[in-house]
Amino acid sequence: MSRLHRALLRDLWHLRGQVIATALVVGVGIAAFVTMVSTYQSLARARVEYYSAYRFADVFASLKRAPDSVAAALRLIPGVAAVETRVAEDIILSVPGLAEPATARLISLPGAERRGQSLNVLHLTSGRYPSPRSDDEVVASETFAAANSLALGSRIGAILNGRWKILRVVGLALSPEYVYEVSPAMVIPDNKRFGVLWMNAEGLATAFNMKGAFNDVTLSLARGASLSDVTASIDRLLAPYGGFRAYGRADQPSDRFLTDELGEIEVNATYIPAIFLAVAAFLVYTLLARLITIQRSQIALLKSFGYSDVRIGMHYLEFALLIVGLGLIAGAGLGGYLGAGLIGVYQSYFHFPVLQYRLSASILLLAAAIALTAAVGGSLTAVARAVRLAPAEAMRPQPPRSFQSGALDRLGLMRRLDTVTRAILRNLARRPWRAALSAIAIAAAVATVVVGRFMFDAVNALLAVHFDAAQREDVTVTFNETRSHSAVTSLRELPGVLRVEPFRAIPALIRAGHREKRASILALSPTGTLRQLIDARRERIEVPPKGLVLTRKLARILAVREGDHVLVEQLDGRRRQFVASVSRLSDEPVGMSGYIDADALAALLGEDAPISGAVLQVDKSREPALYASLKRTPAVASVSIRAATLQTIREMMNRSFILMTIVMTSFGIVLVAGVVYNSVRISLSERGNELASLRVLGFTRVEVGQLLLGEQTVLTIIAIPAGCALGALICRLLVPSFDREVFRLPFVLTRATFGFASIVTLGSAALAACLVAGRIARLDLIAVLKARE
Amino acid sequence: MSTSFAEPVMRVRGVSKTYRLGEVDVHALRGIDLELQAGELVVILGASGSGKSTLLNILGGLDTPTHGEVRYRDHLLSTATDRELTRYRREHVGFVFQFFNLLPSLTALENVELVTEIAVNALAPREVLGRVGLADRLHHFPSQLSGGEQQRVAIARALAKRPDVLFCDEPTGSLDYPTGKRVLEVLEHANRELGTLVVLITHNAAIAAMANRVVRMSSGSIAEVHVNPTQAAAEAISW
Repeated sequence: MSRLHRALLRDLWHLRGQVIATALVVGVGIAAFVTMVSTYQSLARARVEYYSAYRFADVFASLKRAPDSVAAALRLIPGVAAVETRVAEDIILSVPGLAEPATARLISLPGAERRGQSLNVLHLTSGRYPSPRSDDEVVASETFAAANSLALGSRIGAILNGRWKILRVVGLALSPEYVYEVSPAMVIPDNKRFGVLWMNAEGLATAFNMKGAFNDVTLSLARGASLSDVTASIDRLLAPYGGFRAYGRADQPSDRFLTDELGEIEVNATYIPAIFLAVAAFLVYTLLARLITIQRSQIALLKSFGYSDVRIGMHYLEFALLIVGLGLIAGAGLGGYLGAGLIGVYQSYFHFPVLQYRLSASILLLAAAIALTAAVGGSLTAVARAVRLAPAEAMRPQPPRSFQSGALDRLGLMRRLDTVTRAILRNLARRPWRAALSAIAIAAAVATVVVGRFMFDAVNALLAVHFDAAQREDVTVTFNETRSHSAVTSLRELPGVLRVEPFRAIPALIRAGHREKRASILALSPTGTLRQLIDARRERIEVPPKGLVLTRKLARILAVREGDHVLVEQLDGRRRQFVASVSRLSDEPVGMSGYIDADALAALLGEDAPISGAVLQVDKSREPALYASLKRTPAVASVSIRAATLQTIREMMNRSFILMTIVMTSFGIVLVAGVVYNSVRISLSERGNELASLRVLGFTRVEVGQLLLGEQTVLTIIAIPAGCALGALICRLLVPSFDREVFRLPFVLTRATFGFASIVTLGSAALAACLVAGRIARLDLIAVLKARE
Repeated sequence: MSTSFAEPVMRVRGVSKTYRLGEVDVHALRGIDLELQAGELVVILGASGSGKSTLLNILGGLDTPTHGEVRYRDHLLSTATDRELTRYRREHVGFVFQFFNLLPSLTALENVELVTEIAVNALAPREVLGRVGLADRLHHFPSQLSGGEQQRVAIARALAKRPDVLFCDEPTGSLDYPTGKRVLEVLEHANRELGTLVVLITHNAAIAAMANRVVRMSSGSIAEVHVNPTQAAAEAISW
């Protein structure tokens, strides 16, 4: 080891407090990067492997009913590699131990001989497939079983096409179609009340009168096939059989959620590490600049000995690299730990046969490259100063710091302030860039904490709008097929039902020019009060007597505005088409539909106003009796219960958002503490003599502390509102990534969030300041009498 | 001994100071006895290492003795806590440093105000700066002032709070001859006009001529106390 290297290590040890603070900030940035990118890669890899090993389909279509022979025609479509027809039905379950009725998707299994080659192969985690002749054995989705404590041999009551039947669980499985097991009506999985069951094709077909026919098909594409060409061909072929439009993976709910989640991780993987590493570069700069100032004469000495500029430059660059290297190691370790933890969290709602956390060498290399960039970027100007220093100049002591009257003096503002405050403000004004960068770094920390709480605020606001203004019903009941209006009377007779508002929902294709979108058209009665259309201010929108109300998101997809016309193509029943004008846009935060007056729709379709379901207001005390009846009502295909849904969402929020808050808050604390600690240490180093002489003059430790900490106090106080604004801006920029078809997060941040971020920032700044303030007691009062700056 | 200073402001009895420097005990002061009277101008002379700075530090409440007793009026300084010493320095003592130690971020006036803001019975800062001849330099920052001007600001800062004792550690040590003399005149003026007890340490023997008493130190002890029957005016001194 050269003498210069030994000096390097001594400097590091001498400045260990600042070295640790800077390394921590680097560490957090690297940790954030490693966590996000490794989580992304682990999830993406698990998805690719799962989909390919279990032959996840590329195209999905459902239809009313087609004879099995149509499958052969589907196979002939150019670009189609494999076709899997099946019967799929939504049914109501009576699950032991669950008061409310549950909804299940019941799907037919291919024959045993084709199981391996079929699409969407199940991953059986325990038990077995139903025996060939059985008509009551089912494989249950493992997630649903776990949520309801179902085991092999458990019995579930079900209504199959109007007949009560007991189903026996003989196997538990995962399916690539349900990595994210969410019912089509929900945004967040409710694994207790929605599950997937698979049973023998024959038993299922018999129960639903579907022998020799199918109502659902999944297909895989040949390499290079065009999705849109294939779906167009499928649609043409299935149209006579009540086909509901084929769609690709992008519209498959589970895969869609997975893609959205991956996109979100990707966004987080860029901006969070970027903030931290920029701040780290700044801290490296201030630390190095101060070190070089202190070591001016040492640099001159080395130069006069004949050390080259390059060698001196390298010396200080090595110093920066060592600090950042420490951060890199700590950050990579922390990132690996947090990444594994995050994958653990994802395991509870993304269900893969294997979801292994993997931290690849390429991520670490990339992290190292980013850290290196921060180190070099941060040290470049400071090192250049050391290199440029002429030996003779460097031998002379640093000239006294010069101050001049600034704008504040000229405006006469200074005269109103006490002397200590003036000194603080002048010190800030003397190094405006350093002050600004410090304030920006603290503001970035405040913003980090704000962003960490954003999901909480936004989802809470979304729930408030969705459940308090838009969907105010206690229970939604959907029938398995349309019923006449008399069904309303039957529902009204159920126990505890206070109010029934029927609706008609038709699957439709809405076209506007060359654009088209599959969506449901919901026909409501204008007198309804439970299901309401709302505008952006949560005000009720009346269902107009004529024309459509479209969810704003849907209107955007179709590029239509109020007053434009759209073509609505009914995808079930008689497949009527009609042109309707868009009379209003609505702003409900969940789902997207077209809304129309019930009588208007009946007229357009030439129907006698049949209904597809109803929303109910119920007497809370009689809920158990109502649920018991619904479980045995043959006409019901699905039931959703507002209170249960809300509880599920809240539980999920508590699980994942609290973790997010904790992580982001800790990141913010490290950032604030790192910046404040370093700045105060540098102030102390620059002004130690000044402060010691004040102590000699009889200033108390507290008074000297005020002068030392004043600058950071001012910067922190400026940074807090700025950081809140920056956080709000980042959230505003994140909002479009949550503008999805299934839900749209509103841009909402509560005062509690800003308060929380402010308190966290003040607390961590105070903590860091206290660590340094202890050194005021150790100021050498005697040395100062003899010392020259 | 002159009888015109009957009232001792500070009393030092048997004061010793021992430092541990590495493995060696350094006896900086050995059994010092000294009394300082109100209104005196005392010059402590001695070579470096003679203990004069250590004595000044103990008198000024920056350090405490290993043995012996130091009293300021009825305050016992030798056993005082850090808080009590801070209060002593704040209320009764002024310091003038060799290197001025002004706050670079404050103007001359503000440097003085910094001290008067925390003092109880302070003089008007402008007036004190006028007395040291800086009435036209009030709004200059230290970096815009010469060394002598900076030292006069430092003296004004020390005097503004009407200290009972003014301790000066080599006040002319970093100044050239004419500037140094100007600074001595200011100190002399403070002693005569305000009646401040001035304790000045220096290794410049010529300065001793302006003192009431001259304390010569050598190897941690007082070698000689000399009373000047008449004091030379600062302007008459030359070196």
